[in-house]
Amino acid sequence: MTQPVRVAAGQGFWGDWLEAPVRQVSGGPVDYLMMDYLAEVTMSIMQKQKSRDPRLGYAKDFVPLMERMLPILAERGIKVTTNAGGVNPRACAEAVAAAGRSLGLAGKLTIGVVSGDDLLGRLDELLARGHGMKNLDTGRPLEDVRDRVQSANAYLGAGPVVEALRRGASIVITGRVTDTGLTLGPLMHAFGWRDDAWDLLAAGTVAGHTIECGAQCSGGNCLVDWERIPDLANVGYPIVEAYPDGSFDVTKHPGTGGRVTVAGVSEQLVYEMGDPREYITPDCVADFTTIRLEQVGKDRVHFAGIKGRAATDKLKVSIAYAYGYKAVGTLVYAWPDAYAKARRADEVLRQRLANLGLQFEAIVTEFVGVDATHGRLATADGVSPDLPEVQLRVGVRARELAPVDRFTRELAPLILNGPPSVTGFAGGRPKPEEIVAYWPALIDKREVQPCVDVVAV
Amino acid sequence: MRGRGRRLKTASDRRTVGRSDRKGKVLLLELAHARSGDKGDTANVGLIARKPQYYLHLVKHVTAARVARHFKGLISGPVERFELPNLNALNFLLHGALDGGGTISLKTDAQGKVFSTALLRMLVEAPR
Repeated sequence: MTQPVRVAAGQGFWGDWLEAPVRQVSGGPVDYLMMDYLAEVTMSIMQKQKSRDPRLGYAKDFVPLMERMLPILAERGIKVTTNAGGVNPRACAEAVAAAGRSLGLAGKLTIGVVSGDDLLGRLDELLARGHGMKNLDTGRPLEDVRDRVQSANAYLGAGPVVEALRRGASIVITGRVTDTGLTLGPLMHAFGWRDDAWDLLAAGTVAGHTIECGAQCSGGNCLVDWERIPDLANVGYPIVEAYPDGSFDVTKHPGTGGRVTVAGVSEQLVYEMGDPREYITPDCVADFTTIRLEQVGKDRVHFAGIKGRAATDKLKVSIAYAYGYKAVGTLVYAWPDAYAKARRADEVLRQRLANLGLQFEAIVTEFVGVDATHGRLATADGVSPDLPEVQLRVGVRARELAPVDRFTRELAPLILNGPPSVTGFAGGRPKPEEIVAYWPALIDKREVQPCVDVVAV
Repeated sequence: MRGRGRRLKTASDRRTVGRSDRKGKVLLLELAHARSGDKGDTANVGLIARKPQYYLHLVKHVTAARVARHFKGLISGPVERFELPNLNALNFLLHGALDGGGTISLKTDAQGKVFSTALLRMLVEAPR
């Protein structure tokens, strides 16, 4: 069999394990390192940072990470695909280039920059030309929140990643490219897959979905047989070993912890799944009911049979807008009758909020240790009066800051003027947080022109 | 054989959830494992049979209507079910599950990460 192309996952989200990508590139053979940084509202955080300083607006910790890895990447010829560029991929690329030069790697690096996803500056023009960008969940027109929009980014597919690689980039830094496109792009490039080879594109997309959450397919957050998953302290992140026919294995480096099994991989395949026959990306529509899995070795699962259909003529747009404010505060009540005390405290608190005439869109009370995660399902068999402790957790949300701010001052008094045996307020008063909400929409593909720049360092 | 004839308690025997009304039923946890995530205000739960022979049993007994009853009061919208026989899995979409979802939600589980095990609390007919 021909040599596979190996794509290793290094980061499953912004804030993932910093050791993972370093171990991926040093622990065995890989051809590409894929690192996903962007979640739905990450772009608005980055947009804010950029508005304060035009040199910011990307995943900043990507740069010191690259500084650590650049010598080994250059030595081993490993290429990188990442959406760490956020809303400012050019600035991110410049920072990585500067790090490369300071390491004496000038002349040895080529960086590709993918942009064109940022629609914030074009929103009014697009609206004026009849692109309503209605909310996919609620059907409401974007005009409802237009004046509060903080970021708007179309999801680009693998296409511009392929182009950057074709033009010689060894590091591809993008804005809002889909998580799956970061894996599919290298495979399309390496195997020369056409952009209408739907089954192959679907296979690369499934490969991307499987590894885009890092260790979540190789033993992390895995429910089945969780107690016997070995050595999570040393967990191996997943690697796709792909073949030109679209089949691939998912595995991890030898000697690492975790586990790659059909059962564990299946958990990742259904993660954030909608209609499994229609996994829609900019590149294709993948049919997850066609995936055939087989355990072909220790920590090695083979994927085959994957079918796909033609891509749609739309791109998803991720819009973030200012929604309002929220605050969450907690107090801990101890044995005896911990739950009853926490409930009484909640009643007292709610009565005081009502007496103050404060208006909230929502007040949510949870009793951590009793019902916070499973609600009434967790209390169907009653609640023991002998629970050692219960945490009262109360959150409020409003469109205005004032009631939320006032709420944050009503928790601490309960320590001395509410039910007894209460502690756990060392963190102080909760802080009101601005809520940036997510507005999913669609836009015609023709309206979005991906832009690829390739620069030698 | 350890325990000299005394049957060692399994984790499932030790578990007290739903014990009072099990009567010929088992916790779904014994038949399946699961993972859940979010899309806006919708939580998804992917339910995977622990053994291939359990899959059709799950198809028959873990219906969308039954899952909707299980989560009554905890979600505000309908439940959809999709079948993935190739993975011995069912995928459920629980609409209106996350208090607005994402950043709006005030819930501990704003991203629906543990709706998976909430579903596994369900009592279902024991397979033969």
